[in-house]
Amino acid sequence: MVGIIGKKIGMSQVFHEDGIVSPVTIVEAGPCKVVQVKTEKNEGYNSVQLGFGEKPERLTNKPEQGHFKSGGTPFYRTLIEFKDIESELMEKGKDITVETFKEGDSVKVTGISKGKGFQGVVKRHNFKGGPKTHGQTDKFRSPGSIGQSSDPSRVIKGIRMAGRTGGNQTTTSNLKIVKIDAEKNLLYIKGAIAGSKNSIVTIRRLGK
Amino acid sequence: MDKLAAATAGQLRSDIPDFKPGDTVVVDVRIIESNKERSQKYQGVVIGRSGGGINETFTVRKISNGIGVERIFPIHSPKLNSIEKIRTGKVRRAKLYYLRKLRGKAARIKEKIN
Repeated sequence: MVGIIGKKIGMSQVFHEDGIVSPVTIVEAGPCKVVQVKTEKNEGYNSVQLGFGEKPERLTNKPEQGHFKSGGTPFYRTLIEFKDIESELMEKGKDITVETFKEGDSVKVTGISKGKGFQGVVKRHNFKGGPKTHGQTDKFRSPGSIGQSSDPSRVIKGIRMAGRTGGNQTTTSNLKIVKIDAEKNLLYIKGAIAGSKNSIVTIRRLGK
Repeated sequence: MDKLAAATAGQLRSDIPDFKPGDTVVVDVRIIESNKERSQKYQGVVIGRSGGGINETFTVRKISNGIGVERIFPIHSPKLNSIEKIRTGKVRRAKLYYLRKLRGKAARIKEKIN
């Protein structure tokens, strides 16, 4: 597995030679450095910690400074751990750029979806709402019944209701990389990914 | 330039003439039919441009055998061999959707003479 941390730039489109258009999300990915390598022997599992987005020393507290100095890397804003990473990448200070990916690679992208606040059941759980005609009033978007009557006299746990929506970690699998711009560190990923512009996403290659 | 525009700037075509709604254009479109490639000219009045940057499209309307036909082309599509402006129209709005209701003489657009 190969992974990288990126920042979502936004959506656009890419023209192919034959005039076909692909909708793409452009992600500024990397350059990342391996800040820490975790091994079975020391931490009990294998993983690498990648850093993305440099920050100045004055924004880095003492414990963080120690962490980055032991890794011999610059100070980073974002640190994310990747498990099951390929062994050749498990090396402190190793650079990970968009060039570790190839055009046509299948990837999965994880981000935090846009927060939507307190939403009703129609938006939150795709309920159908009530009928709009035949004398119905005030129940177009209502949830309807939430259970039985005096037996069991309670609402079953897990009943879907209105509430805070969005802002969850969301992973989209099987997205194809359409184009790579190594100069500007850009990945063009076909399709939509979670999150707002400038949000942090992680991109992992699927398969071998 | 923001990053999104910068990322797609390389794909923008530079050979697009300056044309506006109301202008009459000839669009040379590449058509691929089972391995064979040919080009077809499509002439009509531009009734609107929409979108911006790489996403920009324009709509061309013509009357073909008495039936109104509208085609929407992405401006920066590699499928367009050329866009040629053959007449500058004098119009007062950005979207000429009113042409859809008009027929014959009424659907003419005055030529703008500099």
